[in-house]
Formats: sequence, C-alpha cells, structure tokens
Amino acid sequence: MAELSYREAVRDALATALRKDDDVFIMGEDIAEMGGSMGVTQGLLDEFGPARIRNTPISEMAIVGAGIGAAMQGMRPIVEIMYEDFLTLSLEQIVNQAAKHRYMSGGQLKVPLTVRTQGGAGWSPGAQHAQQLEAWLVHVPGLKVVFPSTPSDVRGLLYASIYDDNPVVFFEHRTLYGLKEEVPDELERLELGRARVHREGDDVTVIATGRLVHEAMAAAREAESDGISVEVVDPRTLQPLDEETLVESVKKTNRCVVAHEAITRMGFGAEVAAVIQYQAFDWLDAPIERVGAKFAPLPFAPVMESFVVPHAEDVLAAVKRTVGK
Amino acid sequence: MARAEHTAELSREQLIEFLREMLLIRRFEEKVEERFRAGDLPGFLHVAIGQEAVAVGVCRALEDGDVFASTHRAHGHTLARGTPANAVMAELYGKVEGCSHGYGGSMHLYDVERGNLGANAVVGGGLPAIVGAGLAFTLRDEPRVAVAFFGDGATNIGTFHESLNLAQLWKTKSLFVCENNRWAESTPGWQHSPVWEDMSKRALSYDMRAIKVDGQDVEEVHAKTREALEHVRSGEGPVFVDVETYRLHGHYIGDPQVYREKDDVKEANEEHDPITLLRGRLSIENGEFDSIDGEVQQVVDQSVEFAKNGTDPAPEDAMKNIYG
Repeated sequence: MAELSYREAVRDALATALRKDDDVFIMGEDIAEMGGSMGVTQGLLDEFGPARIRNTPISEMAIVGAGIGAAMQGMRPIVEIMYEDFLTLSLEQIVNQAAKHRYMSGGQLKVPLTVRTQGGAGWSPGAQHAQQLEAWLVHVPGLKVVFPSTPSDVRGLLYASIYDDNPVVFFEHRTLYGLKEEVPDELERLELGRARVHREGDDVTVIATGRLVHEAMAAAREAESDGISVEVVDPRTLQPLDEETLVESVKKTNRCVVAHEAITRMGFGAEVAAVIQYQAFDWLDAPIERVGAKFAPLPFAPVMESFVVPHAEDVLAAVKRTVGK
Repeated sequence: MARAEHTAELSREQLIEFLREMLLIRRFEEKVEERFRAGDLPGFLHVAIGQEAVAVGVCRALEDGDVFASTHRAHGHTLARGTPANAVMAELYGKVEGCSHGYGGSMHLYDVERGNLGANAVVGGGLPAIVGAGLAFTLRDEPRVAVAFFGDGATNIGTFHESLNLAQLWKTKSLFVCENNRWAESTPGWQHSPVWEDMSKRALSYDMRAIKVDGQDVEEVHAKTREALEHVRSGEGPVFVDVETYRLHGHYIGDPQVYREKDDVKEANEEHDPITLLRGRLSIENGEFDSIDGEVQQVVDQSVEFAKNGTDPAPEDAMKNIYG
C-alpha cells in the first residue's frame, strides 16, 4: 500500500491508462507544460509527448466536441475543463451531443469520453471559479456523473470512467487535492454506482459528497462525544446512484441528513431525500435534513464565502435536529 | 479500403447516375412533403430541394471509411451516401426499420456503417465532433476524412469558429462543407453575416485553405470536393468548401415564406435547379428522363409502403440505448 494525495491519485490513473492504451489521450487548457491549473497533469507531457497530452486553445465547446468525435471513432479521450464554472460553456456538447448520440442513433454509436473538471469553495476565488454544478449534469439521461472524495476513490473511479463506454462527467474537488490516503498497489477499476460507507453508526445516516464527506466525518466525531452514533455514506457516483446502500443505511439508523457543498435548493440532496422518503418512509423517525450552500452566488470576501457554504458544524447541527437535541 | 477511381472527368454514364441520385432525393423529399401535409409524419421536417447537387457531388467523392455529420436538412446527404430510401423513410415514420430505429427522426438520421455520424438538430452542433474524428484519423495515421455539412446560418455560432480554429491548428483530417443557401431559417444572408456573399472569407481568419464551388453544378461539386479530400487525406490540413446553393423551398414543410420575394423563389426554380441544369448539359431527351424519373418514383413509392408496413417500437423501448 502506497500513500498518494488526491492529486497524485488522479495523475496515476491518467498515466496508467495512457501507458496501457494508445487510444487514450488528454486535451485541455494549460495541461501540457504547465501541468494544468491544479498541477494534476504535471509530468505527463514528458512521458507521453505532445500528441497525447494536448494543450488546447480556450475553446470549451470545441475541445469537448472534439473529444466526442474521437470517442465515436473508438478512442478514449479525456478532456479537462479547468473549472467546472467553464463547463457551462460546453454544456451544449455534453448535454445535446455526448449524452444523446447513442440514443438518437438507436444504439449504433457510443461515446466513451471522460470530462474531468474541478471546483469548490474555501479559497475565495469568487463567483465564477468555485461553483458546484454536479446537479445540472445528473439531470441528463445518457451521462454518468462521478464525484469522488478520497485518493483511493478518485484513482479507481477515474480509471473505471476512462474505460466506461458512456460519457462520464468527473468532478474533483479543489480543496481535496492535497488530501492523502493509502491506495492499493495495483490500480483497479472501482465499479461506478457503488457507495462507500466511511463510518458505521446507529443513530443517524449522513449521505455526503465531495468535501462534505470530510466535514461529515468531523461532525460525526463531535456527535460521538454527545452520545450520537453517526454513519457516513458517500455515494461516490451520482449517476448511477447506489440507492440500495443509502436506503439500507437509513433503514438501520432511522434518520437521515444529506450534505453537499452545492446550493441546497434543487441540489442533488433533494433527489437523495426523495429516494429515501419513497423507499424508507416507514423507517424514518425524523424529517430528512438537508445541508448545503445558501441560495447565493459565491462571494469574494472570505467571511461571506464561509457564511454561504456549509461546514462540519452545519452537519452537526442537522444531525442533532434529527435526534431532537 | 476501396478507393474511388481518380478520373479527371466523369463519364456520361456516371453523370446520368448522379442525375438519377439527385432525382431520387428530389422525388423522395417531394413525397415527404406530401406525406407530411397529409398528416402521416410526426415531428417536423426540413427539405433541401435545390441542394441535391451538393449532397451527391460531395458524398460521391467520399471513400469507404470516410465519415460525416449532417444537419437538420439531412435526407439528401443520407441518401447520397447510400442509405436505402426504405430505411430513411421508415425513420421518418418512426419505425424500428428506420436508419435510427425510430429514436432519431428526420433531424437525427444516422447510418454509422456508411459513415453517417448523425444529422444534428442544433445548428453547428456537429462541427466539433468532425474535428475530433479528424483528429482520431490523424493520431491513428489513417487515410480517412471526416466531413461536416452545415449551412451559412451556422457560421455565426461559436462551435463553428472554435472548430475551424482547432482543426487548422492541429491539421485534423476534416473537411468543412458550407452550404450557403442564403437563408438562416427565415433570415436572409445580408441580415445575418457581413460576409454572406463570400463565406470563404470566414476560413481566411483561421488560415484555412478555402475553395469556392457552384453548388448547382454537380460535376464541379464532385471535382472540387475530390481535390479538397485529397489535400485533407494527405494530412496537409483541413479545407473549407464554400458552396453557393439555393434552397428552392421554405425552411420547413409548410413554411409560407412570407419573408421571401415571390420573384426570388421563381427565379431560383427557373434558373438554378441543379437537376434541370444537369439534364440540359447532358441533353437528355424526355423519354430517357421520364424513364429515370419513373424508376426513382417507384423506389420512393415503395419506400412509403415499406415504412407504413414497418414495425412500431414498443413504448418501453424508449428506455433502451440510454447507456451501454
């Protein structure tokens, strides 16, 4: 077992696929010499050369679309969109093209494209460099959506995404790149659609994604000192969603909190709450609590930014509400 | 990979074959108009009557293994690439036997076996994928070309500019065929583009080779496309083909064309019909023309029968082909 950071884990999955398969290549803005805005692709140019580590113009529509075209010819392109805020520029290609070619062709085509992107608040980049937009993509049939929160998850899930025969939008969280974890020596694909139980507990289930997984773990430790036993579950992939693991956990604990950094209203947590409500209504002892960002753009001033996005204490407060404390 | 013969000039037989193909497209689309007005066909439909020489000239210049992406006006490209009329008509009727198995419709005709990567209902939506397919051919060092069909209206959307820039920058094996039919839906060229009379100027800013083609002359379309394809195939870079053509009918079936002068429609039909022009050049007598026409009419009539007798998808088939 080696210890890798989240950043190194992403790089390892990319490098392994690039080494193994000539059909894998990467396109993105500033990914070659500079190694990407987050340093994720550093070193790949030296090993794989400019034909496969392709610096692109600032053209989100064209680079995602070019990925679609190469994928339709049987290659396995990986496109990096520097910030998920810029994903909005390529949404037409992702939503109308990548997601629908298989369908509109009646199954004649497949688009094995991976679109990697990252975002997340906590460092005051302001309103256009840190949004969490995963809920926009989960609404589109034909796309898979992955949002890993740890190094071993990001490594195995990215590797699986590259070899998935569907378009995958792969979200990484900016503030997790330095996080370290032991990872298996041999890189293996982690199945998309399997949740991970980070911590077992009896009283409340917190279903969390991205940075909030770690906030939920911190909240769980705090709650324990108050005598509340918290289970923390990370779906890891938002589409497909491992409903079974989530529902089983809530049937055990009888209480549920959903938590993400994205805006609460119409967020992914709303869908999770609906799933739990439909499938575990009779087991619920308290209303499902939701934790997420307030309904505001991300402000610049650190005090305002911190006010808008959720933290461990927000998760803890929600946990306590479910047990009436 | 079969290579088309590199003859400098087309024989009379070949040109008659082109005429037959153009006539098939014409009669097919006239029939589509008729069946749509009769209420047989769901959705909405766009015909390319007047632009048949572009479809035939370009598609007959392609080689096995070449691919293309089309637009919402795709019947001609699809038929010219060899997809049987039965499969296209069945698609318009929403049948399993259709070329997209009922999932696509007129604006999403696919035939991957013949290199048709899909007609696209988003203007300019298919261009980036043609850059990517051309990039794949470059990376794999394959002698194949990816072709994007699009109209003058698409030259104002971002995907067009990003795609041309990227294709030229990376010298992808892509061919851009701009069918300038002078109308972006109801908006005339002069209202939508400062270079509407010379779209090749668009390519200049990307340092891309551009050629101008008379889209009503199938021989010229074919010859110049061959030349352009050779350039692209050799890896020297993409080519922009600026095709001037005419849309003899409206944007969609039933379009009253209130925005268009009656004389303009009349003049276009009298002077710029590519079928009349080719027929005249070949001096085809009435008897021979009628005989060809009768044959293609029969193909079209049979396609309607085939489509009407086709299989309706099961409603729950709507949940298939989303993931694989």
